[in-house]
Amino acid sequence: MKADIVIVGGGPAGLAAAIAAAKEDSNLNILILERDRELGGILNQCIHNGFGLHTFNEELTGPEYAARFEEQLDGLGIRYMLDTMVLDVASSVVTAVNSKEGVFTVDCGAVVLCMGCRERPRGALNIPGLRPAGVFTAGTAQRLVNIEGFMPGKEVVILGSGDIGLIMARRMTLEGAKVKAVCELMPYSGGLKRNIVQCLDDFDIPLLLSHTVIDIKGKERVTSVVIAEVDEKSKPVPGTEQEIACDTLLLSCGLIPENELSRSAGVKINPATNGPVVNESFETSIPGVFACGNVLHVHDLVDYVSEESGRAGRSAARFVKANKAEEGPVINIKNGNGVRYTVPSFVRLNELEDDLVIRFRSGNVYKDSYINVLFDGETKLHRRKQIITPGEMEQVILKKEELSGAPSEILIEITEN
Amino acid sequence: MEKRELTCINCPMGCRITVTMEGDDIIVIEGNTCKRGFVYATNEVRSPVRTVTTTIKVTGGTVDRVSCKTKEPVPKGRIFEVMEAINKASCKAPIAIGDVLIEDCAGTGIPVIATKVVSPA
Repeated sequence: MKADIVIVGGGPAGLAAAIAAAKEDSNLNILILERDRELGGILNQCIHNGFGLHTFNEELTGPEYAARFEEQLDGLGIRYMLDTMVLDVASSVVTAVNSKEGVFTVDCGAVVLCMGCRERPRGALNIPGLRPAGVFTAGTAQRLVNIEGFMPGKEVVILGSGDIGLIMARRMTLEGAKVKAVCELMPYSGGLKRNIVQCLDDFDIPLLLSHTVIDIKGKERVTSVVIAEVDEKSKPVPGTEQEIACDTLLLSCGLIPENELSRSAGVKINPATNGPVVNESFETSIPGVFACGNVLHVHDLVDYVSEESGRAGRSAARFVKANKAEEGPVINIKNGNGVRYTVPSFVRLNELEDDLVIRFRSGNVYKDSYINVLFDGETKLHRRKQIITPGEMEQVILKKEELSGAPSEILIEITEN
Repeated sequence: MEKRELTCINCPMGCRITVTMEGDDIIVIEGNTCKRGFVYATNEVRSPVRTVTTTIKVTGGTVDRVSCKTKEPVPKGRIFEVMEAINKASCKAPIAIGDVLIEDCAGTGIPVIATKVVSPA
């Protein structure tokens, strides 16, 4: 099989990348390989609303947001294969398998990695206790309730206050379950404020900050969990233990970009994001291999995934056409105080489409502080922010003209004043 | 006088807002640090509404459930009545996005519409 661009994954990132590439050049032969039975990825099970405010200026549910992109995909005649698992990625050949074709290869000009992320499961969290049924990741429970139509339990404790956990607290409550508590190890929630209010406060579900699960009880099925307060070092505080009777424990303890294919392809990974290191065009360390969406860094808003993936798709289209700009200056983007990572990691000035959008996350909660952008040590931007939290992605936008002086380094930092 | 405690949802600050009420009248709104918080608190105490999103049973389709939502937000106090009405209902494939699945859900005057396509089996 042959294709100009192979897109690995047909979720929000893959859809947006494919559409943007086809719009950049309608002659390109684009192929999406998707392992699920339908396109749309995680959006299919995110039946709640709040998607699309930036992209469409209206509030859509996940399936509606996906459908908008699928309509465009059909309109552009972009090919896709479902129930197809990619096994291996190299810069000019992708190996995949499905029930009809068996193992097959696609020779291609460029690859866009759009595999998304996975939830951190119990095995990665080191929760002590027995191993009964009734422990699910929040996303698994979401799929069971919203797509399969099964309720995973009746009395629920949720560990972790990520957005999926918060959304599932409301969802389980609406379907008649009793959500007894949401425990969060950190002293702050990793979820959006709106979700804390509308998913927990609306239903009087307690959010216990600086708390964790220290024991799971039950032989066949969960019968209770023991929770405790934790100190600054995340150690349980003796004497604060409480046993909560429940039949279900949901885990919403972070997402890990799914980069097995990227790693075996030899793509350089950023340890802060667990995603590929990319430049302004969302190109990885392997020329012709691009990455976007949650496989690159975990997003809070799908709208940003679509926007970044559009850039990645257009870049892949230009790569295939060998429309390379002349080599020019390279600007490195460095993480300063309080900044965990930035995307992109560096910028080739001549390849920059238009404005440079730098997205980043903080490592802590900062109140009444400043985001500073320094060009070779000289302050270019000093913007006050009432609050910065690790749970909400930040961005700075630099105009292309501002970069014309070609600094060798851009530093992003958070300071008190 | 009654005091209502709210958390503003407009930004990550999540200001704790206290609204002092005398019957249905707002006496004072405190704790907000911007105008959006004032507007939010006013709406939340006067007429809080939420869009309900859930799934509804499907017969004759490729799947057994379809996702749906109330077309407009419904009064917050009636969420569980709306859920009960939706859980009792069922609909037939084929279904298109935006199809009205329940005309007037639980007497709110607000329809429930499909948010996903379901093809016939």
